[in-house]
Amino acid sequence: MQPSASDSLSVRVWRGAEDGAFEPFEVPRRESQTVLDVVTFIQRSIDATLSYRFACRVGMCGSCAMTVNGRARWTCRTHVTKVLRHAGDVLEIAPLNHLPMVKDLAVDMTAFFDKWRDAKGYFAGNRDRSAPLELIDPASPERQAADAGIECIGCGVCYASCDVVGWKPDYLGPAALNRAWTLVNDVRDIQQGVRHEAVSNDAGCHSCHTLGSCTERCPKALAPTASIAGLKRAGRQTPKGGTR
Amino acid sequence: MNVTLNAWWLQRMSAMVLTLCVAVHLATMIWVVHGGLRAADVIARLHGNLAWGAFYAVFVIAASVHVPVGLRRIADEWLNWRDAWAGRASVIIGTALALAGLRAVYALVAGTPA
Repeated sequence: MQPSASDSLSVRVWRGAEDGAFEPFEVPRRESQTVLDVVTFIQRSIDATLSYRFACRVGMCGSCAMTVNGRARWTCRTHVTKVLRHAGDVLEIAPLNHLPMVKDLAVDMTAFFDKWRDAKGYFAGNRDRSAPLELIDPASPERQAADAGIECIGCGVCYASCDVVGWKPDYLGPAALNRAWTLVNDVRDIQQGVRHEAVSNDAGCHSCHTLGSCTERCPKALAPTASIAGLKRAGRQTPKGGTR
Repeated sequence: MNVTLNAWWLQRMSAMVLTLCVAVHLATMIWVVHGGLRAADVIARLHGNLAWGAFYAVFVIAASVHVPVGLRRIADEWLNWRDAWAGRASVIIGTALALAGLRAVYALVAGTPA
């Protein structure tokens, strides 16, 4: 489909930081056009000062998440037709919620990733590189629970969609807790005790209200709500993983 | 184990107790009213009944454990009230609920009939 003059798309894009405003643009409509295509067109052909973040364009890197018509989405895998249901609808693109705006569509993700660290959301193995690989049964309940949450790309959509993050700024959030849950179920990890202390508290899984927005909106179809429920259940048990 | 884990756990446990208590309370109430008893009859039957006294004492204690934890959470998340006084206020409310509730239970079971 060739774009025609009448076949254009009305877009409103957030410009500036917290005190910014939406700026209107007209962008040519194209077949299979993604929201990221629209933002890239504006930056390359209309206003080169537009700031946004992306890398892979194929849903792997997790860097292009934005608020599209009020809902956090990965823009590279979101077709414009999925957002605009009716003729004349306007595409509204804003930065992610719950994170400080840097400029235009770019937010500062520092707090988001700091919370992964605070939730002990990183692997510490029980062997050095000279030891043989530990065999893990892929069918074991622990490994299946870990596998269910492991494909997170760190896009921040769940974090931006979580009401509790908005109400309680020190809440670790769905992504960090989901990562912690995958590691609670990793029998090779040696940080189970400290991780348990880090996530089973008021800033951790106990603050989740099970609203489910994270699971509803996760572009990778993960279920952080289920992971957090797992952390709650594990709250008064000895952690399952390796050395305490 | 830290204090927040205790509070969260206590709220979960008290919720389980409350589920049973509310179910028994409502079912019994509907049953006796359908059986033709009026409020005065119910109160008369409760007088001196230690089993129902114990049931309602457990009900009151579960509620007074459950309520302050939730109120503190609401104060934290909705009112942005995060200092130690949010915790203290919730404990005061919980204690007041327990005292008022247990006094009412005592009046029902052991008080002087009107």
